[in-house]
Amino acid sequence: MSIDTAPTAGATALDATSSVGTRRDVLRRLLMTLGPILVALVIAGCILLAVGVDPLAYYGYVLEKGLFSPLGIQQTLTRMAPLLFLAAGLIVAFRAGMWNLGGDGQFLLGAVTAAASAPMFVEVMPAWLALFCAFVVATLVAMVWSLVPALLRAYQGVNEIITTLMMTFLGTSLANVLVKLLFRDPGTTVPQTRTLPVEDRLPRLFDTTITSGLLFGLAAIIIVHLVMTRTAFGLRLRVVGANPRAAVHAGLGVPGLTIAVFAISAGLAGLAGAVDIIGVQGNVRADWNPAYGLAVIPAVFLARMNGFAAIGFVFLLSVLSIGGESAARRLGVPNHFTLVLVSIVLIVLALAEYVDHRYNQSRKA
Amino acid sequence: MSNTTPSPVGDIVALEGVTKRFPGIVANDSIDLSIRPGEVHVLLGENGAGKSTLIGMLSGLQQPDEGRILVDGKPTPITSPRQALALGIGTVFQHMMLVPTLTVAENLLLGGPWWQRPRTEELEARVAEISKSLGIVVKLNARVSELSLGEQQQVEIVRAMVRNSRLLILDESTSMLTPQGIEELGALMRRLVEQGLAIVFITHKLKEAAAFGDRISVLKLGRKVGEIPPERFRALGEQEIISEIVELMFGKQKDDPEAAERSVASVHTEAAPLLQVVDLEVAPTDNAPGLSSISFDIRPGEILGIAGIDGNGQKQLAEALAGQRTATSGSVRLEGTAIEKLSVGERSRRGLRYLTDDRLGEGTVGTFPVSINFFLKQVGAAPFWRNGVEQRAEIDRRAGELVREYDVRTPSLKTPVARLSGGNIQKVLLARELADGAKVVIFNKPTYGLDLANTLASRQRIRDAAQRGLAVLLISTDLEELLSMCNRIAVMANGSLVGTVDNADDARTRVGRLMIGLAA
Repeated sequence: MSIDTAPTAGATALDATSSVGTRRDVLRRLLMTLGPILVALVIAGCILLAVGVDPLAYYGYVLEKGLFSPLGIQQTLTRMAPLLFLAAGLIVAFRAGMWNLGGDGQFLLGAVTAAASAPMFVEVMPAWLALFCAFVVATLVAMVWSLVPALLRAYQGVNEIITTLMMTFLGTSLANVLVKLLFRDPGTTVPQTRTLPVEDRLPRLFDTTITSGLLFGLAAIIIVHLVMTRTAFGLRLRVVGANPRAAVHAGLGVPGLTIAVFAISAGLAGLAGAVDIIGVQGNVRADWNPAYGLAVIPAVFLARMNGFAAIGFVFLLSVLSIGGESAARRLGVPNHFTLVLVSIVLIVLALAEYVDHRYNQSRKA
Repeated sequence: MSNTTPSPVGDIVALEGVTKRFPGIVANDSIDLSIRPGEVHVLLGENGAGKSTLIGMLSGLQQPDEGRILVDGKPTPITSPRQALALGIGTVFQHMMLVPTLTVAENLLLGGPWWQRPRTEELEARVAEISKSLGIVVKLNARVSELSLGEQQQVEIVRAMVRNSRLLILDESTSMLTPQGIEELGALMRRLVEQGLAIVFITHKLKEAAAFGDRISVLKLGRKVGEIPPERFRALGEQEIISEIVELMFGKQKDDPEAAERSVASVHTEAAPLLQVVDLEVAPTDNAPGLSSISFDIRPGEILGIAGIDGNGQKQLAEALAGQRTATSGSVRLEGTAIEKLSVGERSRRGLRYLTDDRLGEGTVGTFPVSINFFLKQVGAAPFWRNGVEQRAEIDRRAGELVREYDVRTPSLKTPVARLSGGNIQKVLLARELADGAKVVIFNKPTYGLDLANTLASRQRIRDAAQRGLAVLLISTDLEELLSMCNRIAVMANGSLVGTVDNADDARTRVGRLMIGLAA
């Protein structure tokens, strides 16, 4: 078409203009992301007004607790640790075009294994090695748990959205059963695992209550981002995700890669569970399920599976969830209003995307 | 051709120079067509000739990029299927578009305004009137899933009539019918045109075209290559019509500039074959024919052509050789080494390259930059990756070289490859498959959908490859192309090779006879 007329020698010379184009792209992308968030905040504010709560007070409390109070910001940063691991796992899966929605099951099984194994390891080996072993065991268990959907998808083409969602129900129940029957701490009346002594947990950063798990989480997501964008392995996964038929045509071992993606994604989810237990909670109570896995999905989508952007959105999510819990308590709004807020953001974002797409189309026509 | 100046008088719908492009291909290339009441206008062409795209534009599913559509002599953009219906254009698609769990009456009432109660009595009266005049029986209360395919088709035709269609488009309507069903459909079409309707009947079967048509337009690779108007149609016998169509579809065209540059290099017959295929078998699947006892060999520097109507197992052959499709038995030897057990990647590393006809579907990753698409089959290989880490500078340097060497016109190396034109995407693929250690290259329809300049350039690349001593398997539905390039031409039909012809003077006739099922 029209490109045919461009001189070939200009191929490299035109690079400069394309970088200007990308800067405008980034700006537009930023506007397309932040604009809808603001609109969503306004809509959520209207809902708050409708139920008789002052939206400004609500948002004020959210910011005050989640961001500006010293204790709150420490809690926010601590909450980020497991969320970052989960986001890293989702980035791997989503970029490879596999929708691992079983994060919660994998997370809880990782958490329970870590909670059960860490106190035992601590008794027989130095603390750092014990924690390391607990991490490894949690990762392996989550990986094994992902084998069923992975094999079904790789060799039978069974839709992984359905299998991972079903496995997450089984996983949560299994985690519960394990806490109540197998790993139950005989010393307490409430069903829970043995508690890891505070001094054996992951060290805190400096003089704060922030867990060092945050650093591991940041490292994990940055490593995942670099692997996905800069390495041959990451490129193979992205080819599978972007065009599975091209992957077959190019001679990639798609079934093997599929299993690897599930293992990495679930392993990171298991690590998220382990880091939350070994760093913060110390034990797992029966029926404990924070449902971080599902909460992180929107953040990863908003970040468009970019690792660095995901860090930002995970931070936002942490602020909202820590601040939201506090604001909800003070204003009598249900705790789940944070979820309402996040979902409104997603819907507005999807609408913005649609409008933008239509606008581009009509401009072309 | 006879209707370059169509008289607008009497045309219900006329197409003037309609062109439609998709990323990578030109589906319709300035097509003129006039559709008149009282005529069955047959659109004839192979798969990929552009028939479906043409129908898509008439039924409002797609918009032409160039040219215009006239309805009753007035230029009218058809922007949606709803509008097409309002203009009186009804389409019966290849695949049934009825809801199987609803009754016939309910299906016919679908699409009415949602705020009104369905007007059942009115419908019954209307259907009774239509079916009486056409001499068919429509069971309004039967569930669609209980009807035969032929009956379902009648329901679809009646639906178009209920909506007051003046032009009825039947897209490959006979493909799922029994021979008797086809006869009935033919009779029904006759009665419909007698009532003053216009019918566009799409098929790739020559016999049906000759039996049911009043006017025939032949499409080939997106272009209209000829038309038989009603006067001529009536004057000719069925056999003469068929042979004229064969001539249009496969024959030499007067305005075919590339036909002149026919030159076939000679091959050393004593050289050992680079590729030997013996008794290759592939099991058929639901939507693809199998292969049976395929045997051939190709020597260095030789171009072996595979001719045949599209969909006779050519793609399956290419995929089985490349390793993308499992062969049930048979052997494939590259330089004497058996490779039939090896993976796609390993075969490619040993020098067997497959240039796919599906450039965007499997040949490239459309959203990835041009530079990465050059190396899609080498991911992880030095020097472009070291210890698994991407070497951007090295990739860009080599990609830049290939862009220059193969004359890929791209705004930059970072441009997503799907934004390029079909010809330039093809150049990316050519560069990828021909570079670095290629020994045997399978080209599947390498010039499909390309404009003339790119077609000629691609052919030259293929000739050059053979000149360098590569063995080339050239799969094409364009007989002209095969005749202008190949040393030998094998003809494929129903998943097996029905004959091989040396490309000598009488090759055209002999290949043509093999293609329509006669012995050479």
